[in-house]
Amino acid sequence: MTDDKDVLRDVWFGRIPTCFTLYQDEITEREAEPYYLLLPRVSYLTLVTDKVKKHFQKVMRQEDISEIWFEYEGTPLKWHYPIGLLFDLLASSSALPWNITVHFKSFPEKDLLHCPSKDAIEAHFMSCVKEADALKHKSQVINEMQKKDHKQLWMGLQNDRFDQFWAINRKLMEYPAEENGFRYIPFRIYQTTTERPFIQKLFRPVAADGQLHTLGDLLKEVCPSAIAPEDGEKKNQVMIHGIEPMLETPLQWLSEHLSYPDNFLHISIIPQPTD
Amino acid sequence: MAEEPESALQLPPSTAADGEGPTEVSPETATPEPPSSAAVSPGTEEPAGDTKKKIDVLLKAVGDTPIMKTKKWAVERTRTIQGLIDFIKKFLKLVASEQLFIYVNQSFAPSPDQEVGTLYECFGSDGKLVLHYCKSQAWG
Repeated sequence: MTDDKDVLRDVWFGRIPTCFTLYQDEITEREAEPYYLLLPRVSYLTLVTDKVKKHFQKVMRQEDISEIWFEYEGTPLKWHYPIGLLFDLLASSSALPWNITVHFKSFPEKDLLHCPSKDAIEAHFMSCVKEADALKHKSQVINEMQKKDHKQLWMGLQNDRFDQFWAINRKLMEYPAEENGFRYIPFRIYQTTTERPFIQKLFRPVAADGQLHTLGDLLKEVCPSAIAPEDGEKKNQVMIHGIEPMLETPLQWLSEHLSYPDNFLHISIIPQPTD
Repeated sequence: MAEEPESALQLPPSTAADGEGPTEVSPETATPEPPSSAAVSPGTEEPAGDTKKKIDVLLKAVGDTPIMKTKKWAVERTRTIQGLIDFIKKFLKLVASEQLFIYVNQSFAPSPDQEVGTLYECFGSDGKLVLHYCKSQAWG
């Protein structure tokens, strides 16, 4: 039997080759070369782009620099969404590397949250973990942890330490033996075709008759337009971490293995590429 | 579930440009106003009845943060946490630079772009969503 734990590693070490280019209207003193980086899927843009920022600031004057932000094909990239989610949702059908444009001016207040420091990322991340545990365990597991355990989750993510992170995170993935899963599955479903940020509802991993709910069951219930009718043409891709899991996959298994470090399953519904 | 004795007040629809002072709210439960166009989300999957209805939000102050005389408000589902923060700050006449944090379940602070309707569906109870607000970080 292959070990499902290998999946956790594959998810954690997923990388996206990315080319950062300075926006054409930014004022520089010399030419700004593009900057290439492998972005960790499970992290956040503003957490892993210190080098990008330094690289471009070298050719700019101090007075031309304000808060950095990123954009892909005209869409400002939300730093508080995991990188893998942004890529799956916005860029998964285009060729690699992922071409991201870097801005230091005209911060799009309407579209993006400010990210004044790493503390803001930590606060957002921990808040997501807490929200997820409220759904999974009525907050019991996260509340029983010590402050240093919370810190270890964050430091594990910040420093890309798989073992450090999972030593604590595994506790968040446990459930009572008499149950067949969490209370509710923490998930968010994103679509580029709607204005709404995402769909999030209460959904149990196990049906009333004891059957395990699948990814297909979830979509049928909360986002029926995402899946093709029985005999119809497939119009959408249902993507998590760059792959299309089978709709028959039990949701509980997905939650334990394909959740992001914030403990949410971030599911992208994207139009089927036409080629 | 029996109705709460206090009637829910309508939160004025969120507007992008709100330079004027705090909006006076009528004490009676007003007839539902059409939601502001900015707040309407086209093409949602939910049945119409689900999205149209406003939800009841109960706002509770934490620590030395001033309380609001009116605690229960009817809020559009598509209003964001940021929209609610702006409203409370205006209501309490806080200066724009002052911070205000909103918590669900007295445990986590939803991100400012999260919609109250979604939070209500996951964390509401007895027909309302209880939110705590605070001028300093109260939890976590």
